[in-house]
Amino acid sequence: MHTADMLRVFAPYREGAIVVPGRGGRYWTDLTTRPNLDVPLGDPAMGGHAGFALGLALARPDKRVVLFDSEGDILMSLGMLVTIAEQQPANFYHFLIDNGCYATTGGQPVPNADNVAYDVIARGAGYPRAFAFDELEQFSSNLPDILENPGPVFVSLKVVPEFENAPIGRRRRWQTRTRGQVIADLRAELGVDFGRWPTRQFLAQCPGTHAPYRFRCLPTQ
Amino acid sequence: MNDAPVIALSPETVLDEMKKNGVSHVVWLPDSETNWLYLLMKAEPSLRLVGVSREGHACSIAAGLSTAGAKPLILIQNTGMMESGDSLRGWLLGLNIPVVLMVGYRGWTRHGVNQDSAATYTERFLNAFGLNYYLVESDADAPRITIAFEEAERSKKPVVVLVGDEYHGFNR
Repeated sequence: MHTADMLRVFAPYREGAIVVPGRGGRYWTDLTTRPNLDVPLGDPAMGGHAGFALGLALARPDKRVVLFDSEGDILMSLGMLVTIAEQQPANFYHFLIDNGCYATTGGQPVPNADNVAYDVIARGAGYPRAFAFDELEQFSSNLPDILENPGPVFVSLKVVPEFENAPIGRRRRWQTRTRGQVIADLRAELGVDFGRWPTRQFLAQCPGTHAPYRFRCLPTQ
Repeated sequence: MNDAPVIALSPETVLDEMKKNGVSHVVWLPDSETNWLYLLMKAEPSLRLVGVSREGHACSIAAGLSTAGAKPLILIQNTGMMESGDSLRGWLLGLNIPVVLMVGYRGWTRHGVNQDSAATYTERFLNAFGLNYYLVESDADAPRITIAFEEAERSKKPVVVLVGDEYHGFNR
């Protein structure tokens, strides 16, 4: 199963869900029809996507939150599964893109890549439902039922690794918005009060996709 | 006999500060100072407790909560804060998340001579990350917690409250 094909299967079921595409982001940008409900943050700090998505789900129980996590991320934060399971967010749908390797660094295998059963780990952490698929057809036929039932649910998806060896600076940038813009768009879509968040000024000072917020984009009072 | 009044930060005071500042979620990992506070928080219907197993997890969870309109507080110990360095950088500073971290100041002594390297490196760590912080030792210092919340909102940055006293949770 290829990540892009898997996301293509998911896309028609997205409806009004918040989608955190994680490392599937570069494929999702071509498929999404609700970009302001997407949260393609790239990689703020590895291992945190599940926590970020959990936070969204807890803050907005009225919105379905769909996360496309990766095995490299979740291996850094296995304890997060326990927290998610304890919180039992019924609106949380946790998909894991498992390509068995660190694709962005050239495809080195994650530890014990061929022998880890992430669905078993999730179930052991307390997720009431957990699945694993390595064939697109299997995933496609089970997806409606997965999404029709409440979360939290964990779905491990074995995909073909598609890694890059070019230096990061030479790779095509798939992000079309800055992180500040992504968050501002999501907040606007959710009706979150910005308070004194200086959106326009903040964004004007953040050209490019990975602006160094700290030094160039500090909000003014 | 020492007749000096006991100077302490009571858990009731801390809880009042949370409520006064509209905290909706406490993302936390227990430390030896917070047992009594835990019981109070658990009984407080306006708070949702989100327990983590490693302090760095609290940063990304708080970032998600704040992004979607909730008001989280992170409650951890200084040891865990130092463990959380990259998550602090990426999820809180990098995304301009206005959140207060209440950090138990393990090893802290007022005279500066301590036996615990956790205390030795705490303020150096905060300075390295450019995080502003306020020391709270007793109920009289509690207004600094509100100052921290206000500063976080104003600056859109995490602000730290160092708790230089036990809540006397084990001593009641």
